[in-house]
Amino acid sequence: MNSIAFVAIAILTLAAALAAATLQKLMHAALSFAVTFVGVAAFFFLLGAEFVGLVQVFVYVGAVAVLIVFTILLTRRDVQDTGKPTWSGAIIAIAVFGGLLWAILRTPTLSVAAPKVEALTVKRIGEVLMTGYVWPLQCVGLLLTAAMIGALILVMEEKP
Amino acid sequence: MTLTLSIFLIVSATLFCIGLLAVLSRRHAIFILIGIEMMLAAANLNFIAFWRFGPQPQPPTGVMVAIFSIAIAAAEAAVGLALVIAVYRHYRTTNVDQLDQLKG
Repeated sequence: MNSIAFVAIAILTLAAALAAATLQKLMHAALSFAVTFVGVAAFFFLLGAEFVGLVQVFVYVGAVAVLIVFTILLTRRDVQDTGKPTWSGAIIAIAVFGGLLWAILRTPTLSVAAPKVEALTVKRIGEVLMTGYVWPLQCVGLLLTAAMIGALILVMEEKP
Repeated sequence: MTLTLSIFLIVSATLFCIGLLAVLSRRHAIFILIGIEMMLAAANLNFIAFWRFGPQPQPPTGVMVAIFSIAIAAAEAAVGLALVIAVYRHYRTTNVDQLDQLKG
């Protein structure tokens, strides 16, 4: 694994995430959100999970980001976050980060280098998905259908 | 610099806390959804990193969990944004501080 690529991807991802969390204009935040998820997909590629990276790009950048942009356009009246930034949220987030960082750095078994691994092919993922994970796969299909019907019912115009 | 598991965990912890910051400090419903999606992505990154740095060879359990998690996050985003649109239709606002009709 290339450490220069890692540093570049980490800076891109975290800067875009910070922009998405702090920008005032909704549309700018939505576009930064898309860049964040491209960065996370690049991490998946770096870690050798190419299929998950591709799924991440398709689902998040292709579908969820477009859905968010559509929702922003449909709720056009307040496109700016008018609320004042609250310091308590920042303090809680920094405290949680400090706790996580302390726990990670205190655990010596986490500082291992990556072992050699054979490439995870899409064929292997398909085999595992169709044998050991066939029931979770069916449940996710049912969940997606239910979510689609639920979303349609929620936004349906009510007849007067 | 050799890449160890803890560096990936630190990056994903940072991403999680930025998402937490967005959820806690923003008052716009769509921003809160964006923060939740970031926290879910940080969890996925952890799953993939633990799979990659675990003892090899092993079945791709971490990859499977990440794939299912992405599917569920997509369903959550679709229902959440539909809820935002429905709330906007009733109250003409998406500011979560003004949705206080049930407040005692």
